[in-house]
Amino acid sequence: MTDTPPPEAAPAAPEPPMLYGVPLSDSRGQRVLHPSRATYVATVRALLDDTYTMCADLTAVDYLVHPNRSLPDGVAAERFEVVVNLLSLERRERIRLRVQVPADDPTIPTLFDHYPGSEAMEREAFDMFGIVFTDHPDLTRILMPEDWEGYPLRKDDHPNRIPVQFTADFSSQQAES
Amino acid sequence: MTTHDIVTTIREGNEPAQGLKPRSEISARELLREVGAVLRMSEAEAAKLGDIPVDPSDDQTMIINMGPQHPSTHGVLRLMLELQGETVLRCKPIIGYLHTGMEKTGEQLTYMQGGTNVTRMDYLSPLNNELVFSLATEKLLGIEDDIPERAVWMRMLLSELNRMSSHLLFLATNGMDIGAVSMMLYGWREREEVLRFFQKVTGLRMNHNFIRPGGVAADLPAGWRDDVLRLLDLIPPRLEEYDILMTGQPIWRARLQGVGVITPEEAIALSATGPILRSTGVPWDLRRDQPYLRYPEVEFDVVVGSYGDAFDRYAIRLNEVRESMRIVQQILDRMPGGDYRIQNKKVTPPPRARIDESMEALIHHFKIFTEGFKVPEGEVYVAIESPRGEIGCYIASDGSATPYRMHVRAPSFVNIQCMPHMMRGGLMADAVAVISSVDPVLGEVDR
Repeated sequence: MTDTPPPEAAPAAPEPPMLYGVPLSDSRGQRVLHPSRATYVATVRALLDDTYTMCADLTAVDYLVHPNRSLPDGVAAERFEVVVNLLSLERRERIRLRVQVPADDPTIPTLFDHYPGSEAMEREAFDMFGIVFTDHPDLTRILMPEDWEGYPLRKDDHPNRIPVQFTADFSSQQAES
Repeated sequence: MTTHDIVTTIREGNEPAQGLKPRSEISARELLREVGAVLRMSEAEAAKLGDIPVDPSDDQTMIINMGPQHPSTHGVLRLMLELQGETVLRCKPIIGYLHTGMEKTGEQLTYMQGGTNVTRMDYLSPLNNELVFSLATEKLLGIEDDIPERAVWMRMLLSELNRMSSHLLFLATNGMDIGAVSMMLYGWREREEVLRFFQKVTGLRMNHNFIRPGGVAADLPAGWRDDVLRLLDLIPPRLEEYDILMTGQPIWRARLQGVGVITPEEAIALSATGPILRSTGVPWDLRRDQPYLRYPEVEFDVVVGSYGDAFDRYAIRLNEVRESMRIVQQILDRMPGGDYRIQNKKVTPPPRARIDESMEALIHHFKIFTEGFKVPEGEVYVAIESPRGEIGCYIASDGSATPYRMHVRAPSFVNIQCMPHMMRGGLMADAVAVISSVDPVLGEVDR
């Protein structure tokens, strides 16, 4: 149980691999692209033209308490990461995009114009992480109530933020047992 | 709250920003989204569609709520519909009434406990949820190629039986929504037969937590083969009864054919998967196109439709039950012996008998179930074909015993985006047929 996983072998290639002009990495055999926010839409556009016609999934991760994750050279880790999974039905391939989004300006362009199916998923990412997808047609909360405060899946938004009120006094029972 | 406030609240609705607003108050992009416009088309193409009155003023239309407490919305789906007479002009699904923060809960549970959480998402195909979670965890652990053959084939058996039970329930609810109420009883009855088998194997009818990282929780019980054979004898004649009751029946066809039509380009653009995508003629089934488990070794057909309407989606699901039975038949012939879970001490608790005689085994067992096992840092996305489409699991691990982030790509959540498109220009009564043919499970939509 205390075994730590063996350290992964250092990549031998001196130059990081690139695809569509953005760094490419390999995660357990799955291809991952790391565009910046500036090259995000252009990369997606290139992928859409290159048979990746379906946006299978779009979500986000809050890396607040795990900042030292492994990223290819030249990609600076930020607090948020938007993760997009694209699917090519023609080539039966998947590719993943991980875009770094800083905490002080959590905005990223929407993919609605390229993939209309990303609409609900972007709303969910906005609802859960507070990441603003600019030019999204209807950026409102989707799962939480409209007047909800905070973004539940952020690491600093704790589920027990609202203290639970107990009417019974359990302290005496614990003392007896 | 004064009377004025109450009147204002009623007029604006409970959640004004999430709801469907009058046309005068929304942007053009939002309007396009709500009328279901998906693809950019030329003006000539758009003119051909011109039978729907364009942009009626607010006083000619009415915005009404359908749900969340409507029997044919399959749970707590709320649709806001803009109607002109009986014609649906705009539609907006409003969800979140069943949101229980399962992705947040998933961050608190160890990988061993995670199955209990994901199995409750799509409660009609719990074993597929567990399967995708387990596959993702195994990929992170790097043990995905070491799972014993028997466990893999057991997973396939359970996954296919679960597809059958889920589709049988769809046939039941679809029948009920369209008005063939006797079908509801038949569908539930046959599903119950499958669930009885699950109860014998896993101990529970639903929410099994049976497929776990490393294999499955227990071996198949004695007599399982006879039970499966009984199911395979029992269900085909019942499916033929359904054909008589529904498929060839003129009223049934009139209610479904040509209703909720969607084209392949639109379905792909809206990220629709599963029977919705296949109903448009796109032969996309992850079991065949991005195979997992041992699906390349069994023979089955991918059922596709041609018109993309509600009838095709019904017929696809009916025939997928038959294909699943074909796969189950082959699994019966090929079920190998051996272990039902990986003998990797890191993820597998020691057998019960060892606990009585070995202190180390007891400690090991205790540690696995309290602390869990550590999973190397990394992130993976694994997708499989659930009865409703592509269910995917994205796990980011920070090297601890709980997922740093666990996201489930729920097929129903994505598929309900097709509804505004399918309902546009249809009748209010057909809206029920459309909801039913999308077959959303709200536990998975809201998570």
